[in-house]
Amino acid sequence: MTTRAVRTATAALAILWIAALHAGSSATDDLCAPARLRDTGLYLDGRPGAIDPRNRPFSPQYPLWSDGARKTRWVYLPPGSTIDTRDPRDWQMPVGTKFWKEFTFGGRKVETRFLWRASADRWIFATYVWNEEGSDALLAPDTGVPAVVELAPGRSHDIPGIADCRACHGDKRPGPLGFNALQLSTDRDPNAIHGEPIAFDMTTVATLERERLFSPARPELVATPPRIAAGDPATRAVLGYFAGNCGSCHNGSGEIAYDGPSLKPGDVLDGDAVAAALLAKATTWQVPGQPDGTSFMLKRAHPEASAMLARMKSRRPASQMPPLGTAMRDDEAIAAIEQWITSTRR
Amino acid sequence: MKRTHATTTVMVLAMAVFSGALLRAKAPAGQDGAVTPDKQKARVERGAHLVKTMACHDCHTPWTMGPTGPHPDMTRALTGHPSDVVMPPPPPASGPWIGHMAATNTAWAGPWGVSFTANLTPDKETGLGAWTEDMFIATMRTGRHQGKGRRILPPMPVQILNALDDEDLKSVFAYLQSLPPVKNKVPAPIEAAEPPAAAEKK
Repeated sequence: MTTRAVRTATAALAILWIAALHAGSSATDDLCAPARLRDTGLYLDGRPGAIDPRNRPFSPQYPLWSDGARKTRWVYLPPGSTIDTRDPRDWQMPVGTKFWKEFTFGGRKVETRFLWRASADRWIFATYVWNEEGSDALLAPDTGVPAVVELAPGRSHDIPGIADCRACHGDKRPGPLGFNALQLSTDRDPNAIHGEPIAFDMTTVATLERERLFSPARPELVATPPRIAAGDPATRAVLGYFAGNCGSCHNGSGEIAYDGPSLKPGDVLDGDAVAAALLAKATTWQVPGQPDGTSFMLKRAHPEASAMLARMKSRRPASQMPPLGTAMRDDEAIAAIEQWITSTRR
Repeated sequence: MKRTHATTTVMVLAMAVFSGALLRAKAPAGQDGAVTPDKQKARVERGAHLVKTMACHDCHTPWTMGPTGPHPDMTRALTGHPSDVVMPPPPPASGPWIGHMAATNTAWAGPWGVSFTANLTPDKETGLGAWTEDMFIATMRTGRHQGKGRRILPPMPVQILNALDDEDLKSVFAYLQSLPPVKNKVPAPIEAAEPPAAAEKK
């Protein structure tokens, strides 16, 4: 080998050695949530109130219960990027995607949650707490902030900590929860519990497909928008509620020990079949006051022996469902589900 | 010509090694391969040590009375509150005494209600047999059942276990999973009465 070749080889190996040393850390490891909401890109020129038009509003048709908060949501998709829809039930958002969700109680902005796909293997979670004037929102501590709004005597809304964000959004494969084909369907359920009106400028499966933001294209989502197939409107609405409120954990992913039917939005489309499975599923969690071995996830015609309903009614820490993110029970949903269980045939 | 060829060869090799380094660095943790039997054995041994020294037996192994006083009954090691020991309602809290414990040291009453220590053996139905390593670690990291559910109740010192690194938690889990499974259905926690201020928002 010539001298020049040896020099070249030495230089190349030196570069390799340095590269190998640094390859274990990613440049995105240094990224973190900005200290102020105004610096996350939500607002035009960083002015709270003026939403940057590149951020698209959207509204899931089966919203998560958040103690009656009014919620407003936006998504940002980097220019030129597309949503990976190879698995139509599990969209993968492009790197750079950002989500925001603003919580308002009694007309006052309280918090805005921020979810940012900073790299292929890293989502950043953050929550910003608004000041009393609603003029600025600052990053909450990782552990959250307790009791920021009193909902009822002795009950208050807490700003979640990062651990709670990950508990719902997932730790291994985190991502958004209300941004999927069923939730963004144009075939909106008129009976959805706490259903929100959809505005003309909101993102739906149709707008995403029209703008060629799906990869691969999903024309079937426009031709036949996702819909929970059910024999009656009440079953459709109840299954939609379960998808929006229970499906992030009870979904057969193996993250929790759960052997009931998956309630993930993409898995409840055969609504009658999922309802039948829930109504046939015995549970080891006994409904208080019911004899051992007689509790079901949902029991036909027997709301009093239906564990899911009992846990929805509870706001005691060891039994309430969902177990986090809510301090008030959802009475409207409880009434609707109780009525639906009663209506199911024995 | 010969020199150019040598340089090109070196550069190609360099690129190949560089790509390999990058790919290896980008590989998700745990993708390096299955745990070897030796590694698993080491984890079980380490886990046994941690379980012993971190006082897991104090609450998860029922106590019995012996000639020198109460001590953990190791014939029921880590099986949690015995299903055949039915606890009566706890006495009311009085003054600065806010809690009570069962003679087995496996049931505790306090402002949160009554908690019963879990069966940590790998029985599928009544213990940790259906749990995964990820669930166990998530529980200790979040203080929530399986990382997503209800909060772990007192007196479980989950904040102490949270201080362990992942390898230690994997070791504890490996040891617990190596135990013989014992069927012992521990009662669900008994919750304190809902706070009077629980009037629901209309």
